[in-house]
Parts: sequence; C-alpha cells; structure tokens
Amino acid sequence: MIVCRSQAEIEKMHRAGLVIWEVLNDLRGMVRSGMTTKDLDEIAERKTTERKVRPAFKHYRGYPASLCTSVNSEVVHGIPSKSRVLQEGDIISLDFGVECDGYYADAAVTVPVGEISPELKKLLQVTRESLDLAIEKVRVGNRLSDISATVQDWAEKKNGYSVVRDLCGHGIGTHIHEEPNVLNYGEPGRGPRLQEGMVLAIEPMVNIGGPGVRVLDDDWTTVTTDGTKSAHFEHTVAITSNGPWILTRPREMRGPSW
Amino acid sequence: MAKRPEPEKRKADASNPKEDAIEVMATVIEPLPNAMFRVELENKHQVLAHISGKMRKNFIRILAGDKVAVELSPYDLTRGRIVYRYK
Repeated sequence: MIVCRSQAEIEKMHRAGLVIWEVLNDLRGMVRSGMTTKDLDEIAERKTTERKVRPAFKHYRGYPASLCTSVNSEVVHGIPSKSRVLQEGDIISLDFGVECDGYYADAAVTVPVGEISPELKKLLQVTRESLDLAIEKVRVGNRLSDISATVQDWAEKKNGYSVVRDLCGHGIGTHIHEEPNVLNYGEPGRGPRLQEGMVLAIEPMVNIGGPGVRVLDDDWTTVTTDGTKSAHFEHTVAITSNGPWILTRPREMRGPSW
Repeated sequence: MAKRPEPEKRKADASNPKEDAIEVMATVIEPLPNAMFRVELENKHQVLAHISGKMRKNFIRILAGDKVAVELSPYDLTRGRIVYRYK
C-alpha cells in the first residue's frame, strides 16, 4: 500500500530534508584527499545531533554508521572506515538520512575528490541529469514506471552507461523504506498512478560498465562486479498538485537537483 | 539509502502445494469409509489415498481393482490423492 501524506506530514519530512541538505552540502565542500570516510561520518553525525534530530541510517537493519560513503566502484552502502583514505581523483557517494518527529527523508550526492578525469565528470553529470529528468516526471497522473523509464533512457540509451537493477528507490515517510519500489529501469506507463501526497526517494545508480553488483562480506558495501566506477544521486520528492517538490533542499531553490 | 527489493512472493499460495506432488500409477485394493481407498502403487507400496476434489465434484466412482493415477506428497509418502481413474 502506498500512503499519501498530509501537508503537515510532508512539512515534517521537509524539516528532516533540510538538515540532510545542509549536512551534505557542508560535507561536499570538505571532501579532500587524505580524509578518511570515518571523518565524514563523524562530522555528519555531529551536525545532525546538534540540530536535535536523529541520523536515520544508524542501526537501520544493523547498519553501523550514520552516513553511507561509497568510493569509486562502490555503488552504495559503503561503511565509513578509519582505514579508507580518500585519494585525489576518487569519486565518493555520500548518502544520508534523517528522522524528525517520526518522519524520514533521504538524499545522496556523488562528489569528486580534487580533480577527476573527464570520464568521471561525465558520469557524475549524466547521473545527476537522470535524476533531474526523473524528478520532472513526478507529477499527478503519471505512472510510477515513467520515472524508471526516464532514468534508464537517459543513462543507458542516450549515454551508454548502465543502471543498477538490484537496488532501487523507495517510498518514504514514517519508515526509511516504504512501498512502492522505485526502479531505475523499465517500460514507461506501468505501475500505479502518482497521486498528490505520495513521497518517493528517487535514486539512480549508474555504472560505467555493466549493471551487475554484488555485496561484500560486511553485508552492506555494494560494489560493481566488473570493478567500474559508479555514481549515485538521490532526492526525496513529494508529489503536489503543482508538480514535484524536492523535500531535501530549500523549497525556493530552482535549477539542477544537485 | 537504496533499497534491496525483495523477490516478489508467488501468488495463489493455495494452489502451489499441489504442484510439488509426485504422480504415480496404482491399483485400488479396497474402498474405505469417507471416500478413502487403500491403493497399491506400481512399486508394491500400499498407501492411503483420498479422491481429489475435482473427481469428487464430478462423481467419479471408484471400485476395487480400478487402475488410478495417484499424486503423492513428497513430505508424507504414506498418503496420496487419486486424480484420475482409467477406464
């Protein structure tokens, strides 16, 4: 069952979303070679608890940290570690969620460490654009798979990358993961119609090589099977009668999603 | 945080248990009360078999000596379900 949220509920998720946006933006400006992924996690956690809200990923299904830090060929759910030192030319996905008064929001951004190769720049750009285009589809009356097809079309057909099949976006509200599953591939025009009040976390995960991924022995870190690099962008988006409302950034902001 | 979608559950769970059955040929030895029969399988094992709902609905009569097809559950090989009576 997909729950439609009231205005008041969506406002709460927006409050959580703004904290995420601030934290991710701060982290984005701080990422440097020589930092460890654990440093980033600690900063995120401190900034969150300072604002009297709770990092949502901590202890979710046993996840040990507040932030997911996925470097290079790690797609998502990389566990921050003291021994993982960022190198010039890496890309790192920062995925973060916050709970505020029982309501959740979730967002992610992939950022370069120092100067990165033109290939990687393109990967980041295309993945971000696929999220932009997908968000445009979040309108009353469209179907769920219109979002999925848009991501696949841009990342695969137009740009020759591949989208990850084994992971997906999700509904979000009083839990991090709710129905429906927001796949990043598929035919348009399928699935439930989007209605006012639905809130979705849309998160394209795009690999340079093949779409295959596997989970490492830590049970979380998901890497590409062929070792090629992967990018990941995410926003929590509510459906309003005036179109999409990105909850994980200030409401008045316009332009590209990240 | 990306979600790992769970594989979709198979629908119509009620009909699935019948799909795993092993179908074998048998001969009816004696009729028992409650539409049960003792049947002897081709491998000489004797099992207790009832009549399938479809046969019961269509009033297929079964007598001692009839050749029948019996489905056995892989979990309990001493019981079966008669699914066809040969002429």
